[in-house]
Amino acid sequence: MKHEVKLVENRTTLILTYAVLSIALVITLFPIALLVLNSLKPAAQIVQNPLAWPETFRWDNFSRAWEDARFSQTMLNSVILTATTIVLVCTTSSLTAYVLARRKIESWKIVTFYLLGTTTAPIQLFLFPLYFGFAKLGLINNPFAVALIYTAIFSPFAVMLLRTYFLAIPRELEEAAQIDGANHWQVFTKVMLPIVSPGILTVALIIGLYSWNEFLIATTFLQGSDNMTAIVSFFLLSGQYTSDWGEIMAAALIIVLPVVVLFVLLQRRFIEGMAGGSVKG
Amino acid sequence: MHRLYLVPTLLINVVIIFIPALLTVALAFFRWDGITTPVFIGLQNFQALWNDRVFWTALTNNLIWTGIFLTIPIFMGLLAATLLLIAKRGSMFFQVIYFLPMIIATAILARVWQGMIFSPVSGVNGMLQRMGFPTVDPLTQPSTALLGIATVDLWHWWGFLCVIFFAALRQVPQEQIEFARLEGVSFWKTMRYVLIPAIWPTITLMMIMTVIWSFLVFDFVYILTQGGPAFSSEVLSTLAYRSAFYDLAVGKAAAVAVVISLFGLVATAFYIRAQAKEFHQ
Repeated sequence: MKHEVKLVENRTTLILTYAVLSIALVITLFPIALLVLNSLKPAAQIVQNPLAWPETFRWDNFSRAWEDARFSQTMLNSVILTATTIVLVCTTSSLTAYVLARRKIESWKIVTFYLLGTTTAPIQLFLFPLYFGFAKLGLINNPFAVALIYTAIFSPFAVMLLRTYFLAIPRELEEAAQIDGANHWQVFTKVMLPIVSPGILTVALIIGLYSWNEFLIATTFLQGSDNMTAIVSFFLLSGQYTSDWGEIMAAALIIVLPVVVLFVLLQRRFIEGMAGGSVKG
Repeated sequence: MHRLYLVPTLLINVVIIFIPALLTVALAFFRWDGITTPVFIGLQNFQALWNDRVFWTALTNNLIWTGIFLTIPIFMGLLAATLLLIAKRGSMFFQVIYFLPMIIATAILARVWQGMIFSPVSGVNGMLQRMGFPTVDPLTQPSTALLGIATVDLWHWWGFLCVIFFAALRQVPQEQIEFARLEGVSFWKTMRYVLIPAIWPTITLMMIMTVIWSFLVFDFVYILTQGGPAFSSEVLSTLAYRSAFYDLAVGKAAAVAVVISLFGLVATAFYIRAQAKEFHQ
C-alpha cells in the first residue's frame, strides 16, 4: 500500500499540490460550515450576513427546531425504521452472500447477475405499482412495509459486499467443521458468521446511513405526521412551516450530527464499505 | 438445503422490485388514475410523450446531466486523487473531508445550498447582491436552473470518486512507478502513460455507474426546483413522479419509467459485463 518511491522531488510542486488540495478542502467544508454557523444565529442576522460570526448565540433554535419538526416522534420513527432495515438486510443478505460466494447451488451465477441487475434498477420502474398496491393493502404509513422496500433496494449491495468477506475465508475451515459432524446450519452460524462479523458491521453501518438519509421512498410512503421520518419532517419544516433559517439549520444539524460523529469514529469502515461496495460489486 | 438460504432475499426482491417492475411495463400501455380500472390504450402513452415538449426537455436534461457528470467530477476526482498520491502526508485527512458530503442526507444538503448560498434573501448570493455584485439565484432562471442543481450534486459527489480513484492508484505496482521515475519521466507523463492506464478499469466502471445514476437523479431536482421554473430543470424521474402522484396519470408515469429503464438497461449490460470478469477469477 505504501509508496516508498517519491513521485515528485520538487518543492514547488509539493507546495502547489497542498495549495490545490486545501482549496478543495475549503470548497467542501464551506456549505457545511454555513450549516453549523447559522444554526446558532437569529434569523435576522442570517439575512444580514450569513457569513458573520453569531452576535448572540441562539441556542433556542435547537429547542424550537426540536418542537416544530416534532423530532421526539419523527426521530424515534427514523430509529425504528433504520434498525428494522439493518436487521432485515443483515440477516437475509448474509445467508444469500454465503451461498453465492461458496457456489452452493448450481444457479449461483443467474442469481448473482439478477441481483447485480436490480442494484441499477431505477426506483421509478417499480415505485408506482408498489405504491398503489400498498395503498390497496393499507400499507401506506406502515414503517415495517417501508423497511421491506429498503431491504429489497439495499440488499443486493449488501450481498455483493458480504460476498467478498465470505470469499476470504479458507475452505479448509468449513471442511474441518463438516468432518467434525457439524450440519450446514451449524457451519454457517457457528463457523462462517463469526468470521464475517466485521463485514456485517460494515454493512449495518452503511445500510443504517442509507436508511437514515433516504428521502424519495420515505416521503412517498410515510406521509402521516405520526409516521414520517426525521428527514421528511425536516423537508416539510424547511419548505412550508418556517422561513427562519436559523431554526432550519438547527434542525439539519440535529439530524446530521449523529451521522458525522459515527463517520469520524469509523471513517475507514464507511469509506471502504461505500467505495468497495460499488467498485468490487 | 442451501437453496432455502436464498429464499428471504429473493422473496423480498421479487415482491418489491421484480413483480412491480413487470406491472410498470404493462401499465405503460394503459390509461390509469391509480383507482379505477385501467384501460388498455396501446402505444398512446408513448405517442403522447413523443409530442410532449416537457418530456423532450426532461430527456435532454438527463443527457446534459450525463455529459456533465461524465467529465467534470471524474476529472476533479482524478486530479485530487493524483495530488493525494503526491502529497502522501495528510492524504487520509483530505480524503475523509472530501468524502464527508456523501454521508449527509441529500434533503439537508439541498436546503443548505438553497437557503445559505443560492437564496437572494438569506444566502451568500443575497449578500453579494447587496454589496452590488450582479449575481442571480441560478435556481430561479430557466437557463441556469439545471446547472445550479448540478453544482450541488457535483459538490456532493466528486469526493466519492476521488476516494475511489485514490484507492485504485495506491494499488498500482510500485515497480512501475519506480521504473518511470528512474527513467526520468515527468510526473504528468507518468500519470498519462502509467497510472491512468493502470486504473482504467476503475475509471470505466465509474463512467458506467455515472450513466446509470444520471438517469436516476431525483432528490436534488425535486427539492431544489421541482423541475421548474417552467419545467426548465425537469428530468425524467421527476416527470414520472409528478405524473403519477400529482396528475394521477400513472400510465404516462409508467411509460416514462420504461424510457428511463431503457437507458439504464444499456449501461447495466456494460456494468454486468465489467463485473462478470471478477466472478470468473
